[in-house]
Amino acid sequence: MEVLSLKVNGDTRCLAAAPQATLLEVLREELGLTGCKQGCDKGDCGACTVLLDGQPVLACLTLAALVQGREITTIEGLAPAHRRRCAESPCASKQDKLHPVQDAFDEAGALQCGFCQSGMILSATALLQRDDDPKRETIREALSGNLCRCTGYTQIIEAVERASDEHAGREHRPRAWEQPATEPAGEGES
Amino acid sequence: MLRLPPFELLRPSSLEEARSLLVEHGPGARPLAGGTDLLVNLKLGSTEAQTLVSLAAIPELCGIREEAGELVIGAMTPLAQVAASEVVRSRIPVLAQAASVVASPQLRAMGTLGGNLLLDTRCQWINQSHFWRAALGFCLKKDGSKCHVVEKGKRCVAAASNDTAPALLVLGARLVVLGAQERSMPLAELYSSDGAQHLTLAADELLVEVRVPLPEQSARSTQHSAYGKLRRRASIDFPLLGLAANLELDESKTVRAASLAAVALSAQPLSLPKVAAALLGVETSGAQLERAIVAAGALAQRRLKPLDNIPGDAWWRREMVPVLLGRTLRAALSDTGPVNGDPQ
Repeated sequence: MEVLSLKVNGDTRCLAAAPQATLLEVLREELGLTGCKQGCDKGDCGACTVLLDGQPVLACLTLAALVQGREITTIEGLAPAHRRRCAESPCASKQDKLHPVQDAFDEAGALQCGFCQSGMILSATALLQRDDDPKRETIREALSGNLCRCTGYTQIIEAVERASDEHAGREHRPRAWEQPATEPAGEGES
Repeated sequence: MLRLPPFELLRPSSLEEARSLLVEHGPGARPLAGGTDLLVNLKLGSTEAQTLVSLAAIPELCGIREEAGELVIGAMTPLAQVAASEVVRSRIPVLAQAASVVASPQLRAMGTLGGNLLLDTRCQWINQSHFWRAALGFCLKKDGSKCHVVEKGKRCVAAASNDTAPALLVLGARLVVLGAQERSMPLAELYSSDGAQHLTLAADELLVEVRVPLPEQSARSTQHSAYGKLRRRASIDFPLLGLAANLELDESKTVRAASLAAVALSAQPLSLPKVAAALLGVETSGAQLERAIVAAGALAQRRLKPLDNIPGDAWWRREMVPVLLGRTLRAALSDTGPVNGDPQ
């Protein structure tokens, strides 16, 4: 066992962990941050996505001991702490509670079972940090490491568009799907 | 939850320290790069390690620089950085394309170029849980004596599944490896044909950097390259077949040099010089091109023999060889790569 010092959602958390402890195990079992989901546990599904220095990575394949000193953001830390405290007040409005991407997922109904949602929202948040008006193709690419077993992708993509419009102060309008690329000429099986 | 088995985790801060730790801890020690392959295999019990030597804190292993006509890419450079690099995209696009279609955005942010080159071979009989493999009596690659792909096979035929390997093969890349001495070797010499022992590196050797000769830029010739990846889900899967093409055209758009390489067949990524030779002297602006693509496709289909080692029916993958080759060559000539996904 080793004492680790992790910066999780803005707080420094000290805990004892074995060298083989993954970030997912530490977040869920030591810190109680169960918003980070365990799906396949081998890098296929994206349910355990967290942000490491703002970049989406998979907590199930990250050794906790190797991310000390780096900024780890889970779904619990997405809305700033002062807003979460504010939300505890009885007069808090909905806007006091959540991050805009979380709000957009809520408004677009972008969930069915909800299991993939925290990973989806974190991947989407990282995308909107680097591109405030992403095309539908860019959104699909950015979320391509997050699987939704309910196949609710349409509303999820719409939610990301909604969040980007909201952030930029634009009126929300659903984007068109890109036309599939035309077949190259002269195709043959042999 | 799939728990990792216990191991000792070492965190050297220099290359020399990493190498001496590997020597000190013997064959039970493994270097750890991005962890996206090794940690999964440790979880599944398809590989073992008593000690992991993390290379994450060694700054000289990460980065892309130009040096004397070569592009030098550190082994720990994340695949996402290789795919996004302006110099890689503009000068050797086939590598940027191959890196851009490895797994998912999260895995490309974690996984490294060196890790992709050293990726363990894959087979549908080994990439399973320990329970599943035990029920089957294990296999040649680990713990067993039987091959489930080739009846009475004595040599493991698990497939190289690294997208960047064929891209770097067609670019003529060399590797710098640190052992007792530093040495340089062509990429092709990294691999052997035994899927259970597919790397020729010694247990205490470290891959330091990849050196890619940059094509000369001149008015008399142009370089065109592309990577084609066959897979069911264009968002995440390992390749069912991967093809890299690099063509040099002269002023009259005639192919002056060509190289092709394939992956996801057997334990080694394969260079295809005879197939590439069928493209030499072909005028790419005329009708000759389509005939040459068909001829090269037929040659490739004879040379490449997909096995039932990775998912996807072998007969279907064999049928797709000329199709993917044609698409990859056209994408190279029109600079529109990569070709990605299920072409049905």
